[in-house]
Amino acid sequence: MSVKLHTRQVGDVTVIDVSGRITLGEGSSALRDILRELTAKGDKKILLNLGDVSYIDSSGIGELVSGFTTVANQGGTLKLLSLTKRVKDLLQITKLYTVFDVHDDEAHAVRSFAE
Amino acid sequence: MAQETDASTGVNEVIDQYYSSTLESVDLAEGEILKAAEEAGFDEDELHRIGMAVRECMVNAVVHGNRYNRNKTVHIGVHVEKPEGAAGQPDHTPVARAIGTRLTIRITDQGDGFELQEVPDPLQENNLLRHSGRGLFLMGAFMDDLKVRKLPAGGTEVTLTKDIGPPE
Repeated sequence: MSVKLHTRQVGDVTVIDVSGRITLGEGSSALRDILRELTAKGDKKILLNLGDVSYIDSSGIGELVSGFTTVANQGGTLKLLSLTKRVKDLLQITKLYTVFDVHDDEAHAVRSFAE
Repeated sequence: MAQETDASTGVNEVIDQYYSSTLESVDLAEGEILKAAEEAGFDEDELHRIGMAVRECMVNAVVHGNRYNRNKTVHIGVHVEKPEGAAGQPDHTPVARAIGTRLTIRITDQGDGFELQEVPDPLQENNLLRHSGRGLFLMGAFMDDLKVRKLPAGGTEVTLTKDIGPPE
């Protein structure tokens, strides 16, 4: 299954629900496009829900990192929600787990943008 | 797909195939190798790691090595080596799944070639936020052994090895 992205608003936080595979090609470019689109229209609080992501490769990791820096460069914040064990392991071995602000609970994650 | 077994050593050549330089080949190769690895007895977590390493290696070969050139191919050779005593046993038996079964995957492109020591360490602080450059690191992390050889005639040969270890 290729990636599917659904955007919704929770207060002033934009939540992107991601499902499927984030791999080189369609998956990673779809994620790149939506993050660029959101930052271009001024969204500064973005929560990426990866709970239904079954697979992510180094290209997908690259898009997460690029998204993180793109949003930060616009004065915003990108946070991650609901990592599967495999995605969490991947971020840990690449030393990126501590770079991102990662949450397990959506309500807590949304509140954290106000802190 | 090749199926040649050397009964004296228990080494079984399960794949000997050329793939075109396309992203479709990445999916095809991953699927073929995972099938071979599953038949060799690797469990679900090990299959995930093998699949990731193969995908990273194939992407490197197609994208960075052959640069999507349709006149160039990627060669994949896969061997399964059973531990002593398991040679000649049919697959899907407890003996065939014995600890020590070794999967060797050799992926060769026709690119310019590179040296492993020239690749920046993606774990270094100043490389952490780079968009790319994690593929080789992940191959090494997910497999038991990774060897990279720049071929004299051009191209790069990457050898990935994984053994069936004791249950975690």
